[in-house]
Amino acid sequence: MSAAGAASPSLIELSGIGKTYANGTVALTGVDASIREGGFVSLVGPSGCGKSTLLRIVAGLIAEDRGKLDWPASGARPHDIGFVFQDATLMPWASVTDNVYLPLKLKAVSRAEAGPRIEAALSRVGLSDFASAFPRELSGGMKMRVSIARALVTEPPVLLMDEPFAALDEFTREKLDDDLLSLWQAQRFTTIFVTHSIYESVFLSERVLVMGARPGRILAEIEIGEPYPRGRAFRESPRYVEICARVSAALREGAAI
Amino acid sequence: MKRDDTLSARLMRILVPVAAGILFLLLWEAFVTIREIPRFVLPAPSVIFESLVQNFSSLMGSLWVTLRVTIAAFLLAVVGGVGLAILFSQSRHVEMALFPYAIVLQVTPVVSIAPLILIWVGYDNVEFALLILAWIVAFFPILSNTTLGLRSADHNLRDLFRLYGASRWQVLTELQLPSALPYILAGLKISGGLALIGAVVAEFVAGSGSGNGLAWRIVEAGNRLDIPRMFAALFLLSALGIAIFFSLSLLENRLLRRWHESAVRREG
Repeated sequence: MSAAGAASPSLIELSGIGKTYANGTVALTGVDASIREGGFVSLVGPSGCGKSTLLRIVAGLIAEDRGKLDWPASGARPHDIGFVFQDATLMPWASVTDNVYLPLKLKAVSRAEAGPRIEAALSRVGLSDFASAFPRELSGGMKMRVSIARALVTEPPVLLMDEPFAALDEFTREKLDDDLLSLWQAQRFTTIFVTHSIYESVFLSERVLVMGARPGRILAEIEIGEPYPRGRAFRESPRYVEICARVSAALREGAAI
Repeated sequence: MKRDDTLSARLMRILVPVAAGILFLLLWEAFVTIREIPRFVLPAPSVIFESLVQNFSSLMGSLWVTLRVTIAAFLLAVVGGVGLAILFSQSRHVEMALFPYAIVLQVTPVVSIAPLILIWVGYDNVEFALLILAWIVAFFPILSNTTLGLRSADHNLRDLFRLYGASRWQVLTELQLPSALPYILAGLKISGGLALIGAVVAEFVAGSGSGNGLAWRIVEAGNRLDIPRMFAALFLLSALGIAIFFSLSLLENRLLRRWHESAVRREG
């Protein structure tokens, strides 16, 4: 595991990150983590453990008030960061194509120039046939795919996902987990994936950061060490169950303190 | 099959109220005839229609005056209301400074301001005074609805725009205005009716011989006890109000049909 870690430089370096909200709630305290370029890290923890706050700090949507966030490999926060929210967060008045076009439009890329990139993004998430549909005409899973296509259309070096599949049914969620992994393997965007599902975090990521609440902090780091591609075989292996049990134990220990 | 069902259902939605209306008019006609009610108290529908035909050109002239004032006031209210709401959304301080006065303008009954406006504008320019008064009435719902709408944009979408470094202008045009559209359209529907009410009320207040819109025709007919003509003018006013409401509903439906819950026709 350390061999892989040393080979690619760390892209995101968090040291002693802390955040206290105006109402006095300590959302995060003393968070240290290092995420390598092209890595896939999950943050798992109960609600209120500050995992979403941490993700937003990485995105630059909120500012940390203690500690330091560094980007050693790129020097600064990349201009393109893909972000996927728990809700698909689509613009209801715009077609699927126009929703995916948004990040490029905001960067003044012309529609003609963006066209092929939008098509490529939609075909990657399997929605080429729904380019002219409106969000309300799509199922929850399809909306989430549009959201992923929108996040990836700029080919960002970093993809941040905030409990993206939490509202979906188990079947759709597993399918989207599989598809997300193939996309990640093909494009190797650095991914931070927030979830409250232990199973999802173990299945997807190279490394799981287990977080605890009150105050929000990292309780344990668990390397999964399972090669990709991962699929059904891994989901059904004793090893998978064993790692899930470890993550679960770490969460319980945190809750007991 | 299904299509026929919806077609006949739609037809019923038009036919049933029309039939009810015709029945009402027939009962009215019969009631007036049987009870021999004098025409200066309650004229029969046939007499009202006769009066409408006889006074057609003068009534149409008045209709045009009222329509002109109403539409101009409405359009200015849209420009002013949406414009000011956008200004409010860009600067919290401007909103803090001006919004209370917009409310003052709204809560002060228009009838009480009318004499003042008439004196300022002058009795030789009544139509302009009517325009100002109708505008005051129509303006506020658009302002308050648009203000609310501009604030209602999804917070995560706002974050997304920020993440992609969107400018204020982009946030306004690509996010806030589309989010506000259903609110703005609801405001337009209220204001369309209010502009007409404002134009009519202002003309009543402006009083004798100064106006020549439909309101003045009603006052005039009342003074002469020409009740059929009064009803004819009233009928035209209602028709105008209905036409305004339906035009704005149609606009709303066209603009929101594909995406907003309020305009989406549910299947099944």
